[in-house]
Amino acid sequence: MSATLNPITLSEEERLQHPLVQFFLDGLREVTTGSQKYHIWMASLTLLMCLGAYAYGVQLRAGLTVTGMHDHVSWGFYISNFTFLVGMAAAAVILVMPTYVLQDHDFKKAVLVGEALAVAALIMALSFVVADMGGPDRLWHVIPMIGVFNWPASMLTWDILVLNGYLVLNLLIPFYLLYSRYMGREPNKRIYVPAVLLSILWAVSVHLVTAFLYAGLPARPFWNSALLGPRFLATAFTAGPAMMILVLRQLRQHTDIDVAQATIDKLATVTTVGAQICLIMLASELFVEFYRDTHHGLGARYLFFGLVGHTRLVPWIWTSIAMSVTATAILSVHPLRHTDRWLKFACTLLFVGILIEKGLGTIIPGFIPEPWGRIDEYAPTWVELCVTLGIWAMGTFVFTILTKAAIPVELGVVKYRRR
Amino acid sequence: MSEFNPNPSGLHQILSRQVDRRTAVATAAGALVAGLGLLQTACNPLAAAESKEKSQLNWEAFFQGNYRLMTDKEKEDTVHRLERLHELNTGNKVRIGSTAAKEGVLYGYAFNISKCRGYMDCVKACIGENNQDRKSDMRYIRIHEHNKGQMSFEAADDSFYHEVPAAGHFYIGTQCFHCQNPPCTQVCPTQATWLEPDGLVVVDYNWCIGCRYCIAACPYDARRFNWGDPQVPEEEVNPNQHYLGNRLRRKGVVEKCTFCIQRTRDGKNPACVEACPTGSRTFGNLLDPDSDLRWILKNKKVFRLKEDLGTEPKFWYYMD
Repeated sequence: MSATLNPITLSEEERLQHPLVQFFLDGLREVTTGSQKYHIWMASLTLLMCLGAYAYGVQLRAGLTVTGMHDHVSWGFYISNFTFLVGMAAAAVILVMPTYVLQDHDFKKAVLVGEALAVAALIMALSFVVADMGGPDRLWHVIPMIGVFNWPASMLTWDILVLNGYLVLNLLIPFYLLYSRYMGREPNKRIYVPAVLLSILWAVSVHLVTAFLYAGLPARPFWNSALLGPRFLATAFTAGPAMMILVLRQLRQHTDIDVAQATIDKLATVTTVGAQICLIMLASELFVEFYRDTHHGLGARYLFFGLVGHTRLVPWIWTSIAMSVTATAILSVHPLRHTDRWLKFACTLLFVGILIEKGLGTIIPGFIPEPWGRIDEYAPTWVELCVTLGIWAMGTFVFTILTKAAIPVELGVVKYRRR
Repeated sequence: MSEFNPNPSGLHQILSRQVDRRTAVATAAGALVAGLGLLQTACNPLAAAESKEKSQLNWEAFFQGNYRLMTDKEKEDTVHRLERLHELNTGNKVRIGSTAAKEGVLYGYAFNISKCRGYMDCVKACIGENNQDRKSDMRYIRIHEHNKGQMSFEAADDSFYHEVPAAGHFYIGTQCFHCQNPPCTQVCPTQATWLEPDGLVVVDYNWCIGCRYCIAACPYDARRFNWGDPQVPEEEVNPNQHYLGNRLRRKGVVEKCTFCIQRTRDGKNPACVEACPTGSRTFGNLLDPDSDLRWILKNKKVFRLKEDLGTEPKFWYYMD
């Protein structure tokens, strides 16, 4: 075995026959073949990615001046999306933990889907950070050992470490499990269980560290709250499983994967509890901000009620709250939650509600009013919207490829044959 | 082999392609035209030498390290490279200093609220001295017009446009307070901004990646970002520059007040202090017991803004 793994002793023909090569070639074949519907889907995503690339080109030439950001709202749509997507990535743990730690096999079928979702979300999150950089050509300045890495002082360096580490874990674990399945071997528990346990702790840390990025800044009282991190986790562990339910329903329809109703039911329970906790945290936050109206609460006042005629975010946040409350109410009623139609409706509401809350209601009010009380509002421009759309299309593309290649292997349809 | 490798490499494909005479001639002619163009550039020795030097210098600038970690020799080479690049780009000479902090110096600033009348000469002088972007009207200094009877910045106006001093109002200027415990330098992922030994908070514009975390961390709105390509008319460029100060910036980097490091490290006052017609502004060495600044701290009732954040600003306010 060890001799065949050594590439130097292999001829080119033997190397191409190596199961690892075959594994990737089979995967490549899977993602490049499919129904007409599949090709139209991929072509549409590619088109959106091209649109995003064009908009990013405009931004690269002119600078970030083509965005709606300015010195007083210096992070906007990109960083908001980044924040939301880190949460989506962290939510993969919801599927991983019951399967591998609690040995609950209802979740097992969905676990690879969850991990693919995490990989796609992480790639999107990292792309949003790069899209937000003033000097993407200087990205190497922040690579440990090559540049100057301000660790442990800067929370951003922590975030770089945990996000990339989480990405590697979420690529390696499914790879090992799938490759074992491909080779018809039972995966070695002593290898993957410790890795899975590590990834669970890691998932919590990615979103907590991302929250600390903001929460550690006394300059921005709106973020400077100990609840920010837990609230990030709560919304992530609500929007994540809600998204997973929607995706699994789609996969059940369009692929051969067999998702048991028990899996969906358990995910729905997780979503419900998450949604209820989110509302408790929202109430707690609203109470502290508004019981006594202090200057530290101005950001929240701007978000929920507007400040001296500036009300741009007010309709958005109330829409988001209405969606979350309605969805939580629906999910909390057992017969409704067990009705497929209502479940789908509630999950969509929750996902969109939390996307709005994270996308507009979390980052931007931290900057309004600016430190001396001036109110300069923010709205994303077409460049920001197109780049955002492009990155989301890219993430969806990555997710489609990963699941398309993984499902036949998981189902045992595609396995290694010595040619 | 071929059944496993149906697609040979692109280069292999081109080299092994069967071509007829017509295609061969057309390809050769195309290559000839391209080659001649290259030759022509190469035969204009002056332009070619300059453009070669420029790309060489730009290449070196791209791989340049963090200024703070450079040896004195590397710092000197770096500023000479930037001076030469400016000359190659514009035909004009600038002097970029790399004067280091002196021992026994810790800079500080005092602002007399009773005297300031909102004339904005400091703002104007600052823009000119520090080569700030004219297109976006970038300003390091903000003058806040307060209503008499309250000290609320939320109620103050920093974009007034009328005759000053306006009745019933008083004026307070804010800028970078050069905190001794700065939150902005702590959060920078690449250490592109730091506190110098003489108390100045500076930015290495060649090392900044433009993440703007420092802007989010600053409780005083002291930092500015170059959202687009900064524009300064060539005839208005202040040629007396410092690497950590007013040298020309590029788009996508953060900048800020440096207490005019290019002036103050040579023993002069910052431009705002020099320009102020009312004498509201005092700059000095906190470690020099005979400085005017120390006299003010000793004899006036001074205060600092947002002291509760523990940032230790080296910028005091007082009233007569």
